[in-house]
Amino acid sequence: MTHRPENPIAPTEITPEASFHDRRRILAALGGAAALALGSTGMRALAQAPAAPAAATLAPPKYARNERWSVKETPTSFEDVTSYNNFYEFGTDKSDPKANAGTLRPRPWSVEVGGEAEVTGRFTLEDILKPHALEERVYRFRCVEAWSMVVPWMGFPVGDLLKRFRPTSKAKYVEFTTLLDPKQMPGQRSAVLDWPYVEGLRMDEAMHPLALMVVGVYGQWLPNQNGAPLRLMVPWKYGFKSVKSIVKIRFTEREPRTAWNVSAPYEYGFYANVNPAVDHPRWSQAKERRIGTGFFAARTDTLPFNGYAAEVAGLYRDMDLRRYF
Amino acid sequence: MTIEQRFRWIYKPVIWALALLPLALLLGRAFGVAGGSLGADPAKTILLTCGKTALNLLLITLAVTPLRQLLKQPQWLRVRRLLGLFAFFYAALHFVVYVTLDLQFDFAQLGQDIVKRPYITIGFLALLMLLALAVTSTQKSMRRLGRRWQKLHWLVYPAAALGVWHYYWQVKADVREPLVYTAILAVLLGWRIWKRWPALTSRSGSATAPGRT
Repeated sequence: MTHRPENPIAPTEITPEASFHDRRRILAALGGAAALALGSTGMRALAQAPAAPAAATLAPPKYARNERWSVKETPTSFEDVTSYNNFYEFGTDKSDPKANAGTLRPRPWSVEVGGEAEVTGRFTLEDILKPHALEERVYRFRCVEAWSMVVPWMGFPVGDLLKRFRPTSKAKYVEFTTLLDPKQMPGQRSAVLDWPYVEGLRMDEAMHPLALMVVGVYGQWLPNQNGAPLRLMVPWKYGFKSVKSIVKIRFTEREPRTAWNVSAPYEYGFYANVNPAVDHPRWSQAKERRIGTGFFAARTDTLPFNGYAAEVAGLYRDMDLRRYF
Repeated sequence: MTIEQRFRWIYKPVIWALALLPLALLLGRAFGVAGGSLGADPAKTILLTCGKTALNLLLITLAVTPLRQLLKQPQWLRVRRLLGLFAFFYAALHFVVYVTLDLQFDFAQLGQDIVKRPYITIGFLALLMLLALAVTSTQKSMRRLGRRWQKLHWLVYPAAALGVWHYYWQVKADVREPLVYTAILAVLLGWRIWKRWPALTSRSGSATAPGRT
């Protein structure tokens, strides 16, 4: 009699044969490098967290470049993209996410979908990704702190995913929530933000072809520090809108209460469209510094909607962008 | 060895070496010595390091008087000026790096920043205060200004407070470090209030001569 297992193993969890035979060397290399890099605290953290399948042991993703939605600028180096970012769940220094994200377990992963939609429930990462062809898009990225990067993300349009859940007419917004687990995300032990991190988009923003559900960068699965295994990328908005390590998607009637807006409502709005004409209360947004362009990195002018005005300005045609910042 | 000689040949050179260490480490990282680097945003790294070092040295300078009184080692007053000048050095470097690497000599933007961005306004004010203290730090100034010298040099208190506030105000959300600086500053200033106006606090305390803190 054949027995059907309760939780069938998902394809991305199957170790490729070559890696399987090489596992001792891979584990030793990872362990050695991690021990050297993280020191004794790192060793304690590694001892506590069960060994997670590193991105290296998964079959590499297949994707095709989407030129239409890619910018022609030189991408920021992989080193800078993966070692300089904000992910307060792992610490508040720019180097913290890379140093501390080893405890995150991006597989197995599931996303809970709920709210004003006909199809709800818990879905594995497999189910989420299966029907979508992965595209590589080179996007501009602009942090609210006035630094920027150009990053070759890999993913698929958010709208294509959301359509599968058949949101009802009551769904005016979609809310995304990050994982809440201080054991995996040690930065969540301090109340620097209200955890879990919540972000959201208006439905028409989420359905826009530019809004990307991202699973990879530079041709490989997302490193933990960049929001593995699933994150948003909304290139015409400040970076804090691009929520990382998503575990929940909820269709709502009311505007979601987003993490930075709750933290400082006069400084971070819900819309957070990149806008050189609307300054942050404490610093100017008129210019930005492109990361990785060297010692004398030129401060360049910030573009409205981060250079995507032609594609998205229409979404805000009748809105006072100073009031709805 | 006399006290003078010990300070001149041992203690002060050691302070010079320790005070210049942050700069040496920055230069080392800038040139990739021992695999170090300034990171993805080198200008920001240098700016932050110079700023924090300035604050650190300012707080150390303010700690000289309480420590020399508590440990009954009055001769350590001799190093206070040296420490204060190094604090000004790093504050000036912080400003120069801001104008050259960050603003890239856009003086119009600098003017705008000082006028429109409150945290830069108070930072610039703090720097001006430290500049006034630095140029009047010589023996000649002390003689020329007499009584007024002491009053002028009380500017170190608002300068330190504005410096810490400048740091606090440009942090996005993680205020823990600026709060630590605030706490240390509060202790250093509070000690002086306690010493100078024992009537203000509940302790009877010995009335110290006003003026020399």
